[in-house]
Amino acid sequence: MASATFKPSGVREGLHGEDRGESKMSRAIFRIWRGATAPRDTERASQSGSGFVDYPLEISEGMVVLDAVHRIQAEQAPDLAVRWNCKAGKCGSCSAEINGMPRLMCMTRLNHLPLDKPVQIEPMRTFPLIRDLVTDVSWNYSIKRRIQPLTPRPPDDSDGTWRVQQQDMDRVQEFRKCIECYLCQDVCHVLREHQGFDEFAGPRFFTHMAALEMHPIDQGSRLKALREEFGLGLCNITKCCTKVCPEGIHITDNAIIPLKERVVDEYFDPLRMLFRRKTK
Amino acid sequence: MSVAYEAHEYDVLVVGAGGAGLRAAIAASAAGAKVGVVMKSLLGKAHTVMAEGGVAAALANVDERDNWKVHFSDTMRGGAYLNQWRMAELHAKEAPERVRELEAWGAVFDRTHDGRILQRNFGGHRYPRLAHVGDRTGLEMIRTLQDHGIHRGMTTHMETTLVALLLDDGRIAGAIGYDRERGRLRVFRARAVVLATGGFGRAFQITSNSWEYTGDGPALAYRAGAELMDMEFVQFHPTGMVWPPSVRGVLVTEGVRGEGGVLRNSEGKRFMFDDIPPLYRNQTADNPEEGWRYVTGDRNARRPPELLTRDHVARCIVREIKQGRGSPHGGVYLDIAWIAEKIPNAGEHIRRKLPSMYQQFKELADLDITREPMEIGPTTHYAMGGVRVDADTQMSSVPGLFAAGECAAGLHGANRLGGNSLSDLLVFGNRAGQYAAEFAQQHGPARPDEAQIEAAARAAVAPFERAASAESSPFLIQQDLQVMMQSHVGIVRRADEMEQALTKLENLRQRAERVGVAGNREYNPGWHTALDLRNLLLVAEAITRAALERKESRGAHFREDFPEKSPEYGGFNQVLRRGGDGRMELRRQPLPPMPAPLQVIIEEMK
Ligand SMILES: Cc1cc2nc3c(=O)[nH]c(=O)nc-3n(C[C@H](O)[C@H](O)[C@H](O)COP(=O)(O)OP(=O)(O)OC[C@H]3O[C@@H](n4cnc5c(N)ncnc54)[C@H](O)[C@@H]3O)c2cc1C
Ligand code: SF4
Ligand code: SF4
Ligand code: FES
Repeated sequence: MASATFKPSGVREGLHGEDRGESKMSRAIFRIWRGATAPRDTERASQSGSGFVDYPLEISEGMVVLDAVHRIQAEQAPDLAVRWNCKAGKCGSCSAEINGMPRLMCMTRLNHLPLDKPVQIEPMRTFPLIRDLVTDVSWNYSIKRRIQPLTPRPPDDSDGTWRVQQQDMDRVQEFRKCIECYLCQDVCHVLREHQGFDEFAGPRFFTHMAALEMHPIDQGSRLKALREEFGLGLCNITKCCTKVCPEGIHITDNAIIPLKERVVDEYFDPLRMLFRRKTK
Repeated sequence: MSVAYEAHEYDVLVVGAGGAGLRAAIAASAAGAKVGVVMKSLLGKAHTVMAEGGVAAALANVDERDNWKVHFSDTMRGGAYLNQWRMAELHAKEAPERVRELEAWGAVFDRTHDGRILQRNFGGHRYPRLAHVGDRTGLEMIRTLQDHGIHRGMTTHMETTLVALLLDDGRIAGAIGYDRERGRLRVFRARAVVLATGGFGRAFQITSNSWEYTGDGPALAYRAGAELMDMEFVQFHPTGMVWPPSVRGVLVTEGVRGEGGVLRNSEGKRFMFDDIPPLYRNQTADNPEEGWRYVTGDRNARRPPELLTRDHVARCIVREIKQGRGSPHGGVYLDIAWIAEKIPNAGEHIRRKLPSMYQQFKELADLDITREPMEIGPTTHYAMGGVRVDADTQMSSVPGLFAAGECAAGLHGANRLGGNSLSDLLVFGNRAGQYAAEFAQQHGPARPDEAQIEAAARAAVAPFERAASAESSPFLIQQDLQVMMQSHVGIVRRADEMEQALTKLENLRQRAERVGVAGNREYNPGWHTALDLRNLLLVAEAITRAALERKESRGAHFREDFPEKSPEYGGFNQVLRRGGDGRMELRRQPLPPMPAPLQVIIEEMK
């Protein structure tokens, strides 16, 4: 029986220690952006008193960055602004840049960071700053509203349902894992460096549109919009977005590249172009 | 003197953008109402996003023996028969339709072999009934409702917290709140209001709930004159993480047990076989082999005892820990890795069926659940109690004020079955939205008077007028409240401790009245916490008073001094409301008599 081979986890060496639940304490410094002017705006930031503030803190085993921020909030800076909800990597609220890397604060463990120097935490740089670690991400919501929603074919069954095989759903399900943390948007140079907010939807919404385009029951088409309105062509496949996605979605390989191929097929396939000209 | 505020006007104001709120908003919009939705967080981040295991509906895709009657009787049995039978009936009947329509709106559920929506086993459900998407069903649901809803004409107000409801001559007239970004006051005038604010797990120290869950809906409704019900029934989920300390309480989905996970104590023993309640003996496997056959789909096998109702499993775990058979960090073991003995490629199977659990333990606890058992213990999870509503329309005792989802009471009785919440949101969110729109149509505009608005506005900004100090930190008071409630009104309750809790609550309230906050009104968490605190204190008092008066053990409510169920207490719900002198009044509300045909169903399914 199973119990014979049973090995409790908590007594493993190294991880949990012998002290049975007592966590070891040590100290670290957290260098957190404070103020309402964004870090990129160096000059105005210093004029308005925005800047990094160092918070020394006792830390214990197993803590994540968000725990540290909360502890600072409770003990040293009650007005430190931070967004969070689930504390388990499920809601995508706590995005920030930690030591320069876009990450979820609740899923970044302190023991994976070098603690001999300050842990630097700053807001996502691509979006306008509200205050401290909180940015205004409302632009993303406005993009979503402009995308054609699911447009299903008539149901297969009389009870209003569709018959769809799991393997046809797999790819869509990968994209549906997105928690809308907007870290991919934050890192994409088209938005970050070139401020392409008016002409580019960004990787998050390419995955969203890929999920709709590849949805087995969808009959809509978003290819024209992808090309003309949402700037799919501006993406030069640097793959930075894929690298930061906490859900491990293969944004470039599985969403963006297939979408680009579909656009090419639709608009640049010589036969199709001919066909379209004729039917006009 | 008048206060400055920004004004909005809607037919129906929906408070909350979880599953219940969004479903209500969609229904109200569909009925032609002008709808506004207000939420404390961003759109798509409400608690519903965290739901893992699935949504319960008798679709009968996996086992054709399932139907609404079985679902109805499972729900009633799970709730120890304190449920409002009418709600349980509507819920069981309407859930399948509500789940199916999600597909048309873009939801992508896992599939059966013949291409239909797949359903999984869950505690207390006789047949595989939970439609799911791996272990991120809530995300799928909220995203579907959100993406559908934004094309239905509703206006959303993100990061806006309401602090009081407004009345016009006893009828609802709107609400007042502030936006987090700038701290500006906002007044929403509305002909009907739907509360969909979720639960109040933040009243306890160890919880799976986020900062939003401070019982705002019940507290606001109570202050506006509505009644609260079943507040003593707080669900402690048996499996929360216990290590490391910073993630203590984070949920481990019941889906782990649904996929074959077993509970063991430090001696390696599967202790759940030791204590199977009489009500469930006929339906429970009496050996591990049968249990395994059940989770792998053998329709003639009975469910393993790990899938008994949550209240029972949680208490068995507490017993093991108290009797010294716990794990090193004060939990017990939940083992899914053992299924490697039974199936090839177990590791891959686990990663596919429970991807976010795999991820969660890997990232947060450095533990590979395909190889090692998890350490788990009970965590505060769900509020069965809340605003008392009419079963059909979801309207409270205040005309025009509706409530749906976790913040409403009635469907779950003394204990909620897993999966019955997501379906609750859909069924009663829809109903609340529909009837709120109807109410708005039938009634003219309501006008809250300025004095009310001013009083609420003053109370909201009052913490800035007091000096901030370490002693008056809202975070510390909240913490003290949580620790106190956990130890005094937690899983195991006693009269003397709860009496003390009432005294301590009084002290905490006095401290809360002196709370001062520093800084300004822009995105200031200290201020937000100070305001939430008032609601948390109110629900904590309601929980404690109701728990003290229920001198028996039933469902999620366990009294060490009255460990048995009492027939006397099985006949009523406890209802709380604000008395004329401002004190909390409690009364016994007899259960509405159940129609004979439903009684027959329950008898047949015993
Ligand atoms: C980790 C976890 C896993 C779960 N798994 C399952 C499961 O598998 N199956 C299942 O059926 N149930 C599950 N549940 C329970 C279920 O998820 C919740 O009960 C349900 O999502 C509650 O939905 P709701 O719409 O009532 O509220 P929520 O989704 O919590 O939404 C509440 C909304 O109200 C807003 N709000 C609150 N107060 C205010 C205010 N003062 N002003 C303005 N807005 C306000 C919030 O911002 C939020 O938008 C789980 C719960 C948790 C915590
Ligand atoms: S691959 Fe495209 S979308 Fe992704 S970061 Fe690079 S340019 Fe942006
Ligand atoms: S695709 Fe990934 S990185 Fe981008 S928003 Fe979604 S979860 Fe975040
Ligand atoms: S708090 Fe939800 S993802 Fe970090």
